[in-house]
Amino acid sequence: MAEVLPQQIPRGPAAAGTAWLALAGHPLRFLGSWWPWRSLAYLLSGVVVAALWLAGVLALMCVPAAGVLVLLAGIPLSGVERRRLRLVDRAPALSTHRRPGRRGAWAWFGTRLRETGTWRELGYGLLFSFGLAWVDFAVAALVLCAVYMAGLPFVLLLTPPEYLPLEVLWLDVADGPGAALVSAAGLVVLPVVLYLATAYAAGRAAMTRSMLARRPDESLRAEMVELSRSRARILGASDAQRRRIERDLHDGAQQRLTGLIMTLGLTRLELSGAPPAARDLVERAYGEANQALTELRDLVRGIHPHVLTDRGLAPALDELAERCAVPVDVDVRAPGRVPEPVEAAAWFVVAEALTNVARHSRATGARVTVEHGDGRLVVEVADDGVGGADAAGGTGLLGLADRVSVLDGRIMLSSPQGGPTVLRVELPCAS
Amino acid sequence: MRIVIAEDSALLREGLREILTRFGHEVRAVADGAGLLAAVDGQVPDVVVTDVRMPPDFRDEGLRAALELRRRHARLPVLVLSQYVEQTYATELVHSGAGVGYLLKNRVGDVTEFVDALERVAGGGTVIDPDVVRHLLSRRRALVPLERLTAREREVLALMAEGRSNAAVARRLDVSPAAVAKHVNGIFTKLGLPVAADDHRRVLAVLAYLRA
Repeated sequence: MAEVLPQQIPRGPAAAGTAWLALAGHPLRFLGSWWPWRSLAYLLSGVVVAALWLAGVLALMCVPAAGVLVLLAGIPLSGVERRRLRLVDRAPALSTHRRPGRRGAWAWFGTRLRETGTWRELGYGLLFSFGLAWVDFAVAALVLCAVYMAGLPFVLLLTPPEYLPLEVLWLDVADGPGAALVSAAGLVVLPVVLYLATAYAAGRAAMTRSMLARRPDESLRAEMVELSRSRARILGASDAQRRRIERDLHDGAQQRLTGLIMTLGLTRLELSGAPPAARDLVERAYGEANQALTELRDLVRGIHPHVLTDRGLAPALDELAERCAVPVDVDVRAPGRVPEPVEAAAWFVVAEALTNVARHSRATGARVTVEHGDGRLVVEVADDGVGGADAAGGTGLLGLADRVSVLDGRIMLSSPQGGPTVLRVELPCAS
Repeated sequence: MRIVIAEDSALLREGLREILTRFGHEVRAVADGAGLLAAVDGQVPDVVVTDVRMPPDFRDEGLRAALELRRRHARLPVLVLSQYVEQTYATELVHSGAGVGYLLKNRVGDVTEFVDALERVAGGGTVIDPDVVRHLLSRRRALVPLERLTAREREVLALMAEGRSNAAVARRLDVSPAAVAKHVNGIFTKLGLPVAADDHRRVLAVLAYLRA
C-alpha cells in the first residue's frame, strides 16, 4: 500500500570544508593552506569578543532598569560566535531562534524568553567569557611563541638595539649562532603547535556549534511542528467558516426559498379556478423554486454535514453510504464521539473515496469500516472495482492527505490494475 | 384540529400558520424547542408540527423536543419538517411509534398534500418523505430480492414505505383497493416480511427491510 504524502521536505545543505577536514585529509598540504592561520585567528579573536561581552554585561548590570536584559545577553554574543565559526568551519551555522509569531518588541521578548536556546546561549556566554576564551588564547599563545622563535633572526634585524631581547629559552641570542638555534627549534616546533592549535580550534568550533547552532534535523523538526500547528489552525478556521456558511445558507437563502415555495403553494390553491395559462405559469415557478432549493441543498450538504456535528460519525457515514450510487456497507466500531477534527477528516475522506468509487471504479459494491483502538481511528474504504486509482491523478486525495497529515495521520492507497482498491486512513486519536 | 407549530424562522412560521388556518385549523406558534415543550404541556394539541434545527444550538432541538413530547404525552402525533432528508432522524421518529411524520420543508408547498399528510399523522398514521424512501430504494436496487418484484409492486412498496394505507395507494395509482391488497401480499411474500397488521408496522417492516 503506497502512502499518500502531502509534500516533500527539502534536505539541508551538504557539509562544507572545515579546518579539521583539511588537517585530517592532507596534513602536509594543510601546512601550506590558510587553515592553520584561520584557526589562529579564531582562537585569538575569542578573547577580544569575550572581553567586550563581559564589559557590556557588567555595564548593563549597573543600569537598574536594564538588568533583565542581561538574561538575553547571550543572543548577540552567540550571533557573533556563529559568524566567527566560519573561520574554521564553512558550513552555515543557523540560529536556533524562531521568528516571533507577531510583530513588536513584546512578542519578540516573549518568544525569546520561552526558548531554551536563549538560556543555552547565556550559559555559553558565561562559560566562554570566564574560561574558554582564555584557554583559547593560551593555545594561540603557543603558536605565537613558535612563530616568534622561528622568526627570531628577523626580529633581531628589525628591532632597535635598545629593545633587543638578550635571552630566549635561556639561550643567549645576542649573537648569531644562538639566534639561529632558536629559529631552527621554532621551525621544528611550529608545525606541531599549528596541528595542535588547529585540532583544538576544531574541537572548540564543534562545541560552539553544538551549543549555539541548530542541528539540521532538529531545526526541521521544530519548523515542521510549527508548520503543522499553523496548518492545523488554518484547517480549524476553514472548518469553522464552512460551518458558518452552512448556517448562513440554512437561515438565509434556504428559508427564503422555502417561504417562496409555500407562497407559490398557496397561489396554486387560489388559482385553481383561473385560466390554464396562469396556472401553468405558477406551476412552472413552483417547479423551478423546488429545483433551486434541491440544488442549494445538495451544495450545502457538501459544505458541512450537520448530521456529523449533531450525531457523530456513524450516522453521518450511513447518510453518505445511502447517497452513494454504488451499494455501500458501513461498519463503524467506534463507540462514542471522537474529537471534531478527527471526525471531520474521517468524513471528508469517506465522502471523497465514495465519490471516486461511484465515478471511476465501476465497482458493484463498496465497504466502509471504521475502527477505534490503540490510540487511533482507522478508516478503510474498499471497493470491488477495476482499480488503477492514482493518488496524484487529481482525485482529490492530495487535499485529503493535507487534512490528514495536519492531524499526524496517514493515508494509504492500494489500487492495482484490475482492483480491488483499498484506501486506508489512520488518525491518531485517544481511545 | 388544534395544532402547535415550532419554527424559528418567522417567515416560515407565518407561512405555515396561514396555510393551516386557511384549512380551518387552530394554530399556536412558538420559535424554539423549550417554547414547544412549554406550549404543549400547557394545553395538549391534536398534533405538533416542528422544525428540526432551532435555537439555542441549531442542531436537532426540534427532533429531541418532539421525541420528548411523545414520551410525556402518550404518543402525541408529531410531524417533523426538515430542510434535509436524514435517514437517522426518520428512523428515530418511526421507532417512537405510530402517529409520526417526517417531511422535507418544501413539501408544505404542495398545500393539499401537506395538509392531508398532517391529518394522517394526527389520526395515528405514519408519513415518511418520498425522498427517504427513494434513497433507500435506489440503494437496494442493486441487491437481488427487489428484482423479483414487478414494476407495479415496486411502486406500491415505495408508497407503503411513505406510510400510505391501501386505500391511499389505490387512489394514487388509480387502481382498486383489492388490487393493491394483492400487490401488498405479493411484496410481503416475495421479500419474506412478516405480514403486518397496521400501516405503521407495515412502514417499520418495509423501512427495516430497506435499511438492512
